[in-house]
Amino acid sequence: MNLVRNHVLISIDAGTIMAGARAVEKTLVDEIASQGLTDEISVLETGSIGATGQGVVLVVYPEGIYYGNVTPQDIPELVEEHLLKGRPLKRLILSEIPKQHVIKKEKTGLLKEQPRIVLKNSGIINPENIDEYIAENGYEAIAKALTTMTPEEAIEEAKKSGLVGRGGAAFTTGMKWDFARQAAGDIKYIVCNADEGEPGTFKDRLILEGDPHKLIEGMLIAGYAVGASKGFVYIRGEYALSIERLEKAIGQARQYGLLGDNILESKFSFDITVMKGAGAYVCGEETALIESLEGKRGHPRNKPPYPVTEGLWAKPTVVNNVETLANVPEIILHGASWFRGYGTEKCPGTKVFTIIGNVTTPGLIEVEMGTTLRDIIYEYAGGIKNGKQFKGALVGGAAGAFLGPDMLDVKMDFVNLKEYSAVLGSGAILVMDEDVDMLDMLKSVLHFFRHESCGHCVPCRLGTAQLVKIIDRMSSSKGRKDDIDKLMNIARVMQATSFCPLGQSLYLPISSSLKYFGDEIRSRARQ
Amino acid sequence: MYRKQILKKFNPALDNILYILHDLQDNNPEHYLAKEDIRVCADYLGVPYSYVHSVASFYTMFSLKPRGRYIIRLCDSPPCHLMGSQSLLDYLKKELKVNVGETTRDKVFTLELTSCLGACGVAPAMMINEEMFGNLTPAAVDAILEKRRKEL
Ligand SMILES: Cc1cc2nc3c(=O)[nH]c(=O)nc-3n(C[C@H](O)[C@H](O)[C@H](O)COP(=O)(O)O)c2cc1C
Ligand code: FES
Repeated sequence: MNLVRNHVLISIDAGTIMAGARAVEKTLVDEIASQGLTDEISVLETGSIGATGQGVVLVVYPEGIYYGNVTPQDIPELVEEHLLKGRPLKRLILSEIPKQHVIKKEKTGLLKEQPRIVLKNSGIINPENIDEYIAENGYEAIAKALTTMTPEEAIEEAKKSGLVGRGGAAFTTGMKWDFARQAAGDIKYIVCNADEGEPGTFKDRLILEGDPHKLIEGMLIAGYAVGASKGFVYIRGEYALSIERLEKAIGQARQYGLLGDNILESKFSFDITVMKGAGAYVCGEETALIESLEGKRGHPRNKPPYPVTEGLWAKPTVVNNVETLANVPEIILHGASWFRGYGTEKCPGTKVFTIIGNVTTPGLIEVEMGTTLRDIIYEYAGGIKNGKQFKGALVGGAAGAFLGPDMLDVKMDFVNLKEYSAVLGSGAILVMDEDVDMLDMLKSVLHFFRHESCGHCVPCRLGTAQLVKIIDRMSSSKGRKDDIDKLMNIARVMQATSFCPLGQSLYLPISSSLKYFGDEIRSRARQ
Repeated sequence: MYRKQILKKFNPALDNILYILHDLQDNNPEHYLAKEDIRVCADYLGVPYSYVHSVASFYTMFSLKPRGRYIIRLCDSPPCHLMGSQSLLDYLKKELKVNVGETTRDKVFTLELTSCLGACGVAPAMMINEEMFGNLTPAAVDAILEKRRKEL
């Protein structure tokens, strides 16, 4: 056997493909071959390493050197200097790398500072190769559950871990499973919500692109716990690479007998079908998603009955977010108390955030629940771009809350943010610097909702149209004296009377923007 | 005839409707769902024409109007807005001489707005057909359009 001297990881995700990663990869492989290094240097594809906007990213191990903005033209020099002569090519080294990505392959000790549960394998393994997932203890959790735990015990473990849904509503996952398990009926379903449409959010995409087997394993465990034998993943239609990788992973899992009948020679059978969405934010809402899966317009349903008793085709159905399910294998493998070692008492575990806007290194990070907004912005994302001042952040997506500078030290978790009338939502953090016009940002939020209101109920359909009309005239200096009161009134009525959370959720961005930036918005509207 | 081939790939079950519509639209030379597409889908699934029409009109990825060869979907959600999508929109409108929702006279480009594409890490972003583009500037947009024009 040849001893591989260097591993070169190339990040292949939708972002780096955009930047030309495929061409770089091909050139690299060819160049290595023409230098006769094929046996000594292996080139591996991996998912996102977390940084975005750094072009094509390569990592050379064992040194752990990150290169960014690599083009095919750079490859001969890179191979010659670093891989042949062992001299890192300084001009391409990324100075700003996402902090938590400075990981050594041996994981002991470092885990506490750089907790990686969900993204444990992302940016490290080749997501298109099931063997690499298995080598990282993949599918051990489902084996453990099937051989040593009853479904009730698996549910108990999930409950004890304190895992709550990462899709926004923060409902206790173990309880959701329990309700579905207890619900009457033989046929039950697990549905994974990968419709990710909350503006500013792309964590589910990067989990799917970086470690699809983790989701499959999470769904298997959920299926075993609930007593379901069929799962669906509803992925938004724009996520072509996610769909491709997940389908490939499902195919491999079937080949290995990890999906299908009598998994690992147990009595448990489970299979997964991928469904492709067609562009509608409201389909991220679980009942609308179910309608869409059934082949209808994606209108939300009345609740109750909740999906856990009457969901897909009126059968008991668990709907869980991608990130939620990706937490499950590690919880089963290491136990609830291990999981509780991360995060806060009330919100254990980690959260994957997408941090974007006016920061130095936008991207994806996984940090413990309860990390402060300040740390996320200044420690992980390199602070505000171009040395400017922080003005505010929109946390939780368009349906989230604006926060001002006095909120920088707020601990970011579901429970704590609620105390400040804010939400963690999907984990999107949009950072705005001193130059940003807050009226203009609020306008953009309202336009988003008008576009995405599904038209099913009157308060939301008419309310969003009115809100846009008012904010448009405010921003073109034709504002009227009572416009701000009107915005708040309409938002209140919508919160009280809209049929689904889409219309109800608009109150939060409106009220919070006025709370922190009311004076500015008022004076801007008068100009 | 090609429509028959498409339908044959799927079971005639209602939960396949989005897949069927995606496939029909992708293969329609004018990149939209024509009346004929809706009709064959309805017949195949055994539902009324109006049912398929109502589903198709609900989802933003489907169009009921003919479109150009390249469909530009510019994101205008708050993160892209913050990073300058408005100026790109103005630029695209001027450059292509169309408004949002319209197709250029030569039927090459259709300009659409979309909500967040999940590419916010490289905002402002847009898609052209299946391909994603980020960190856009007017100059970058120019180069992208130029490349497409040359491919004709
Ligand atoms: C308008 C709207 C959009 C939503 N979009 C998403 C989404 O894109 N992804 C998601 O997982 N949950 C979304 N949700 C939340 C889901 O309804 C549901 O709570 C979640 O999928 C449950 O999974 P969890 O318990 O694992 O979080 C949305 C809710 C609303 C009201
Ligand atoms: S906001 Fe434009 S891609 Fe997400």
